[in-house]
Amino acid sequence: MILIPCPNCGPRNASEFRYVGESIARPDPNSATQEQWRAYLYERVNPSGWTTESWFHRAGCGRYFKIERDTNSNEVRAVRLEPAAATKGES
Amino acid sequence: MSGRDRISRALTPVTGRLSGKPYKSIRNTLGKGTGEKRGQARYSAFDLFRRGFTKDPWPPVWREHELSSSYDVVVVGGGVHGLAIAYYLAHRHGITNVCVLDKSYVGSGGSGRNTAIIRSNYLTPDGVRFYDRSVKLYENLSAELNFNVMFSQRGHLTLAHNDSSLRTMRWRAEVNKLENIDSEVIGPEEIKKLVPYLDVSSEPRYPILGALYHPPGGIIRHDAVVWGYARGADTAGVHIHQNTEVVGINVSSGRVTGVRTNRGDISAPIVVNATAGWASLISNMVGVRMPITTSPLQAAVTEPVKPFLNTVVVSGSLHVYMSQTDRGELVFGASVDPFPSYSMRGSLDFIEGLASHVLELMPALSKMRVLRQWAGLCDMTPDYSPIMGFTPVEGFLVDVGWGTYGFKAGPVSGEAMAQLIADNKTPQIIEAFALERFGTGELLGEKGAASVGH
Repeated sequence: MILIPCPNCGPRNASEFRYVGESIARPDPNSATQEQWRAYLYERVNPSGWTTESWFHRAGCGRYFKIERDTNSNEVRAVRLEPAAATKGES
Repeated sequence: MSGRDRISRALTPVTGRLSGKPYKSIRNTLGKGTGEKRGQARYSAFDLFRRGFTKDPWPPVWREHELSSSYDVVVVGGGVHGLAIAYYLAHRHGITNVCVLDKSYVGSGGSGRNTAIIRSNYLTPDGVRFYDRSVKLYENLSAELNFNVMFSQRGHLTLAHNDSSLRTMRWRAEVNKLENIDSEVIGPEEIKKLVPYLDVSSEPRYPILGALYHPPGGIIRHDAVVWGYARGADTAGVHIHQNTEVVGINVSSGRVTGVRTNRGDISAPIVVNATAGWASLISNMVGVRMPITTSPLQAAVTEPVKPFLNTVVVSGSLHVYMSQTDRGELVFGASVDPFPSYSMRGSLDFIEGLASHVLELMPALSKMRVLRQWAGLCDMTPDYSPIMGFTPVEGFLVDVGWGTYGFKAGPVSGEAMAQLIADNKTPQIIEAFALERFGTGELLGEKGAASVGH
């Protein structure tokens, strides 16, 4: 198991967190076509290497944040909190 | 439709079995002086007896070939899926100018890392029909491949520890029975008769309330399946290239033209992505974005003990499945790790959780020692069903997204994909698994049939 550095609480065991997913831009629901919306819902780059992703500290501070992680070695760098608008509890 | 034309051309000379282009090319690449001909390597008790006296060496199970500059079909991924596709292409459809590429040795990925469980007690009618065809093919596989795959249909128990999972078991049993599959919900007394070592009392934290019993389910020797298909495909003229990594796929005006490997380039009108774990990476090479994330799934095996466990036991709530191999080792599997990764390192977290869950089911195992643990990569799709068939890039076919079900679907996937390539049309049995379903929203929710919660 790996340590996830929560920007609020410091490094904690990954089992305290929920992996939210790859960081992708959300299209505007009012103007997006069905294809664009479904691509946003389902399609993933799933890269082998560095990726930016969101995590949720469910057994801690309850904050969403972004990290960069190497999916081959699980090395983590560059942590930052998500904007406050996205921090509305667990979904 | 150039791919179809090229395949038709490849098909035409195959009337005389040993005449025509594909077989000529095999003869040229055969090692000089081995004297092996087609069919000579058939295994039998008589042959074993004869070679015991004559000391004739056994022919290699499959041969090494030089990389040709062109094939009719290139299959990326030398696991059970890739080899089965090549095998059925050659044996059922006469398409033999085929190669299977693997970046390591055959069966080094998911095919050699799964827990070898075969079953067909799924949740959706499409899924049930599909996996049942696979069970039927597995039942005849030893005879068809002339290779003992050690399929043991010892029965498969999925335990229910609460009312909601019991309800899902009942649902699955009814769907299964409609598809004419032997599957029924049984109570704790019957479970105790089948597996005396299980604690069916009300003492445990998660008491056993019932189970979905599926008698045709069982375990198999997974390496033997891979080797059997490899041998069968090789006999028919398929080239198996190990240690050959695909580094790029050539696409010209929306159509596949070939693959680039670390051993040289191959031109081909049809490229099949039959990888597990790396499916996104191969699809990304042609710009086909997949709804897949890759997570490791860990498994472990204990030291061998006397046979005591006659069935496969699965517990969804406890995230564990176990079976005893013919050697006496207990094989344990679990759910996928909680976040995607391409790392196949084991974790202490996993083995601790597994041990506590196993002891909850069978307290008598507390003195067993774990021999080793390992991980395989699972390509998870949003609806837990695979993605098979055509893609927006012409000639680029996929047989991916197998999640945790890949091995048990090997034969039927090979059969269906070979049919698809030969007819240039999606066979009915895999229509529900097309990539388009994510665009049309017709997802095929199979999560309820996952052996454990993911």
